[in-house]
Amino acid sequence: MKRLSKIPSAGLIAAVLAVAVALPFVVSGYYVQFASKAMLVGMLALSLNLVVGYGGLVSLCHAAFFGFGGYMLAFMTPEDGGASLWLSLPTALLVVAAVALVIGALSLRTRGIYFIMVTLAFGEMLFYLFHDTKIAGGSDGMYIYFKPELVVGGRNLLDLESARTFYFVALALLAGAAVLVKELVGSPFGRALAAARDNERRALSLGFPVFRVRLTAFVVSGVIAGMAGFFSASQFGFVAPQMLGWHLSATILVMVVLGGMGSIIGPVVGAFALIGLEEVLKTSFEHWKLIKGLVIIALVFLLPGGLRQLATLLMPERVDASATPAKPRSDEAPANV
Amino acid sequence: MSEILLKATALEKRYGGLKAVSGVSVDVHRDEVHAVIGPNGAGKSTLINLLSGDVAPTSGAMMMGERDITHLSPNLRALAGVGRSYQKTTIFRDSTVFENVRLAAQAHGGSPLRMVGTAERDGNVNARAAAAVEEAGLSHRSGTVAKFMSHGEQRQLEIAMVLATEPRVILLDEPLAGMGHAEAQRMIALIGRLKDGRGVLIVEHDMDAVFALADRLTVMVDGRPIASGSPEHVRNLPAVRAAYLGHDDEIEAGAAA
Ligand SMILES: Nc1ncnc2c1ncn2[C@@H]1O[C@H](COP(=O)(O)OP(=O)(O)OP(=O)(O)O)[C@@H](O)[C@H]1O
Ligand SMILES: [Mg+2]
Repeated sequence: MKRLSKIPSAGLIAAVLAVAVALPFVVSGYYVQFASKAMLVGMLALSLNLVVGYGGLVSLCHAAFFGFGGYMLAFMTPEDGGASLWLSLPTALLVVAAVALVIGALSLRTRGIYFIMVTLAFGEMLFYLFHDTKIAGGSDGMYIYFKPELVVGGRNLLDLESARTFYFVALALLAGAAVLVKELVGSPFGRALAAARDNERRALSLGFPVFRVRLTAFVVSGVIAGMAGFFSASQFGFVAPQMLGWHLSATILVMVVLGGMGSIIGPVVGAFALIGLEEVLKTSFEHWKLIKGLVIIALVFLLPGGLRQLATLLMPERVDASATPAKPRSDEAPANV
Repeated sequence: MSEILLKATALEKRYGGLKAVSGVSVDVHRDEVHAVIGPNGAGKSTLINLLSGDVAPTSGAMMMGERDITHLSPNLRALAGVGRSYQKTTIFRDSTVFENVRLAAQAHGGSPLRMVGTAERDGNVNARAAAAVEEAGLSHRSGTVAKFMSHGEQRQLEIAMVLATEPRVILLDEPLAGMGHAEAQRMIALIGRLKDGRGVLIVEHDMDAVFALADRLTVMVDGRPIASGSPEHVRNLPAVRAAYLGHDDEIEAGAAA
């Protein structure tokens, strides 16, 4: 399929991995942490692209899953020590899956611009649920004083307090997510998902359960985002409602569009670019947010395909079964019985 | 009398005050082509959409053999053995011929939504896809991206996709529309072969094709069936002649063909 054409070569992947493994041994702790954060955000963008790029569904509530993953860790971290990864991670992912299942089941009944609006509304609802109620510290959010632990036989095997260890965990998560999504889009399931994107009516009349396929992709993508959120919360020791708001959802979408929806890695590159840009501008300019906006606009217009790809997703082919007017035919008598 | 594969009874579809289809009962028999003709807006496409599940009927019932399919969604009807083409060619334009047909075969394979392993590696699916491409006469075009083919070939591709779903009943909405003479002849020959072991319902404006192919003929006007039966019988009915007043020549021409 046309959108799968930009797969990087094995050599390039090996080189990037080698650099990634060497990085924490050559740069300062600040940059190791910065790189870890970027990889988790990259994982978030990569997960969104499963739905946006491969599913053709522009979702604006993706941060909700990221935020939920983080909040679940905050809820499950005791006051006097780290949460057990064995328990807290699967629980967090199950809850995120359930949330994605409910949101997906309701929003996937709509199409195009309506899908965007419904997902946006869900994202906002969850934001205000955490912002305006006392269940999780309201607008102040919650602190996570201890990192989760992977205890086996009384020993913690994973010291997430160490920036370097955390870096490798983030790297493994990102790589794992990339492999998972790559497997998925190349599998029969992935072909069915892309078929539904390209021509929903034909996918249905071939026999594909389009709704179920999309819902599955939506949940898988949400769970990967939840995983990224869980570890992001762990890294910063803090969760706040902004973590699940539409502002972040829109930012991830920009990363996906900037990096390109046609490949697994594109959105990760988009995430790195945007976060890197932010970092550079932040230290150099006072009104850096304004400049960032201008740079993004310029990039979207300059990058081939970026904006156009999004536009085609916003205006999908009509899928209702109304009759199409018969085309006039040149090869027959005017009276066409 | 041959086996009835698909039976629709008293179908009605209303759009607000408009009865697009009303009181239509049709049977599709095994090894037969059932042609539905009628002027523009007669409700022919709506009838096909009702039979394929793309549109839900206001009232009426549809059976595949003993199975009530009235409330089945289009994807479940496809699995129940109903395949269809659309009036406006509906294919995956950016994929190759083979990938289009492979997808269709995949949808009807053992594990259509398997999440591991590459899609192209399923030998059984590939074999069924190759057979359908061959049956539709597109083997030489297997690797061509669909949008680069002629209109006629794209319509052949749509039929190959339908074949790969191993349907028992095939619904064709104006398969000859927009085709040149040579392409149309090829398509007519192909449709003639489709009925082997299956049932075909075809909507077509081209009377030569209709009289060349049809074993059974239904005429619709304003959503209602005004006549049904063997082509010879229907052609001579006064009501049909009245409905096509002024176009007698065409019916005669078709009959002579
Ligand atoms: N979704 C819809 N909403 C409202 N009216 C519709 C819809 N679909 C079809 N119609 C109307 O129903 C009637 C039958 O349409 P249909 O497309 O079935 O006719 P047809 O016999 O296929 O015509 P043609 O030969 O032009 O393809 C028309 O008057 C059409 O305008
Ligand atoms: Mg029609």
